[in-house]
Formats: sequence, C-alpha cells, structure tokens
Amino acid sequence: MSDSGSEKAVIRLQVNGRELEGVAEPRRLLSDFIRHDLGMTGTHVGCEHGVCGACTILLDGDAVRSCLMFAVQAEGSVITTIEGLGQTRDDMDVIQRAFWESHGLQCGFCTPGMVLATKDLLERTPMPTDDQIREGLAGNMCRCTGYVFIVKAVKAAAEELNARASVDG
Amino acid sequence: MKPARFRYFAPTTIEEVVSLLAEYGDESKLLAGGQSLVPLMNIRLSQPAVLIDLNRVTALDYVTKEDDRLEIGALTRHRAVAESKLVQERFPAAAQAAGHIGYPAIRNRGTIGGTLAHADPVAEMPCIAVLNDCEIVATSSSGSRTIRASDFFHGYFTTSLEPTEFVSSVRFTSRPASHGWGFSEFARKSGDFALSAAAVDVIFDGGAVTQVSIAIAGASDRPVRAPLTEAALVGTTLSRSEIEQAVSNLSSELDPPSDAHASSDFRTHLAQIMTERALLAAAQSER
Repeated sequence: MSDSGSEKAVIRLQVNGRELEGVAEPRRLLSDFIRHDLGMTGTHVGCEHGVCGACTILLDGDAVRSCLMFAVQAEGSVITTIEGLGQTRDDMDVIQRAFWESHGLQCGFCTPGMVLATKDLLERTPMPTDDQIREGLAGNMCRCTGYVFIVKAVKAAAEELNARASVDG
Repeated sequence: MKPARFRYFAPTTIEEVVSLLAEYGDESKLLAGGQSLVPLMNIRLSQPAVLIDLNRVTALDYVTKEDDRLEIGALTRHRAVAESKLVQERFPAAAQAAGHIGYPAIRNRGTIGGTLAHADPVAEMPCIAVLNDCEIVATSSSGSRTIRASDFFHGYFTTSLEPTEFVSSVRFTSRPASHGWGFSEFARKSGDFALSAAAVDVIFDGGAVTQVSIAIAGASDRPVRAPLTEAALVGTTLSRSEIEQAVSNLSSELDPPSDAHASSDFRTHLAQIMTERALLAAAQSER
C-alpha cells in the first residue's frame, strides 16, 4: 500500500505519448499538476468544482474532469490533453479543424474541454444526433457562442471521421 | 480554491481499507469517484485529515449474478452500470437511472458505492436502492453486514454507516420477466442535479398489477416510497386513467421541504408528474 502521507510524492504518468514525472503533495489537483508542474497550459481551469468542463482531459481514454482528481491518483495512468491533438494549423486533429471551420469557438476558453469531450463522445457514438451531441456536451459550458455552432462542429467532425473510416475500411 | 492538506493512503486490498478505517475512522474520508467529495474539498467545506483512496482496490469493481441476485461492487463506475448488459437485463431501472447521473465525464468517474454513501436526497441511485429495498453491504475490520436501503438513508447526506465501515457492494433482486419499470427525472438542464425523480417497478399477472413499488427523490431529506399510491394501483391494469387517478392522491403522502431551488408545492407537483411518467413507461414495458 502506498502511503505518501502529506509529503510530496513522485508521480509518473504518460501524457500525450510521453513518459513524464513530477513531484506534488497529495492535495495537488491533477488540473494544477498538468498546468503548473508539467507546464502544459492547454488544460483550462474554470470553476474548479466540476461544473464547467473546461479542465476535461482523457484519462485512460475516458473524458474526466481533471479538477476533481488529485495528481497522485494519476500515477501510472495514460493521459491525453489538448496538446496531444494537433499543435499547429497544419496538423490539427479532425475535431479541432471542425471547430475551427464551423466557428465552434469564440474566446476559446472552453474549447480544449469541448474538443476532448467530443473525442469521448464520438468514440462511443460515431454518428450522434443533435440531441446526443447536446447531451454528450451538457457538462461543458460555453459562455460566448451559444451551442449551435458547437453542435454543427461536432456533426462535421463525425461526418469527416466516418468518411475516413469508410475509405480506410 | 485548493483543498486543505491531508494524509493520503492508496490501499490496494479491502483488508488494507478496513484497517485504515479502524485506525483513522472519524478523521478520514473515503475517496471513490470523487465527483461529490472533491468539489467539497476544493471549496473547503470538507477538510478530512486523512484521505483513503479506493480507486486501486480493483476487487470492488464488478457486476455479478448469482441465482436471482445481481451484485454490483462499490467501485463500479456509473457508466459501467449504465452500459452493463447484466444490469440492463436484471434490473433495467438501475441501468437507466445510472445514465441520468451528471454528465458523461462525471459518469466515467463516479461510483455506485460513492453515491449511496454520499446520500444526496436528489441522487438517482439512492432512489433506485429504496425502490425494491435492496441490500447495501457495509464492511469493516470486524466483517460485513447487510443493511436494507430502507434503514440505510437517515437524512440529508446521512446514513447508518459507522465511521469504521464502508459500502463494499450493493445487492439487488433480479426482476422477473413479467415486470414493468420506469424512471423519470426533472432537472433544469441535462445532467444538472435533479429537482425530482421517480422510479417504479411493477409486477404483472395476466395483465393485472399484483405488486407496485414507487420510489421518489427530491420530495424529502432522503428517497422515499409511496405506499398508499402503490396500494391503490394493485389490481389495476395500469391504464392511463388508473394511473392519473392514483397519482392525483400522491400529494397526501408527500410533504417536501421548500428550499432555494423549489417550493414544497412545486416539488409535490414535479413528484406527481415524474411518477406518472414512470408509471406510463412501466405500463408500456413488455409483459
């Protein structure tokens, strides 16, 4: 049994395909660990109590709120943050490109969480209806655009991913 | 908005969990999915001295059947409960209710044991637990005992668990093929805390109702049954008019508190509508 007490512990995990480690006290939230200790500020922190969805990451493939986990809990896990998708205009992920092309963002604060929640949604529901998209992203708040263009972006991403899958298949 | 300091333990076996509870009891909190506890810690409404993280106790993550029993381990995530074929077959209302909890990212982490022990009166799984009065297994260093759901919930965020016990599993009785069920919930937005929810379970014999259970969340400081309305529906065929008639008297056995979210009258009104919708769904189930 690991007992890190209240002292700082070394945390090793895989982030966006890279083996990384950091040192943190048990009370360090995973969201803060990613931003401050690992230096990846793409994961945004909005409400810090699980309401806004801005801090959404993929933990072992599933969308989770990184503000509702302690960094020590992520020891040994595989994490994807927004930096794990495209980093530049030329290598954008399908979902990122769809958000861009469909005007699915304005200020961009909610976008990393939106994109990763969309990734989780489309992996389980490859061709979602509008209602399924709204339900799937209900835990992610946008205070700029409203959700019409976001739903449009998710639909466009789903279509593109399905078109690619049928070409590959 | 950062949690206060705590000592952190990450046991990997049930034996380690109960020995930590025996040692730290009252000053400790168990961390399961963390979807209710961590927000409270972030805003420092909860400041446990010791945190016992259950997430590495993989022996608590399972869904099994044995004879007519369906058992779900405490660490089973809401999403796994919602998607479990076994739960969908043997206790479909539980699977549907689990799919109503919070948002997808919440369901990926939140656990059935956690939500039962948290005992939020508007939460879905406590409502499902009292529906057929399931057994909640509480484990401590002196062994396990089963607690009926009707004895488990004592009020707002309060249960009959001792400080050295934790919820290790939940046991439901599988529903027979000739049963109808429904679950209906009202929240101001999809995934938000419910203002009201109702679950129903109906046993039919040749089209007539022989047994009805109705559980309602959001009408008291804990999930409640509605015995008078249940009795009124026995012997009916669960037609729309019979349902409407029975539900119109539901207010006589409910006395919800008024709070910032809804008045007592509005909560009663919602409970009636949710119960009616759940009963209508049950009437359409295969029998």
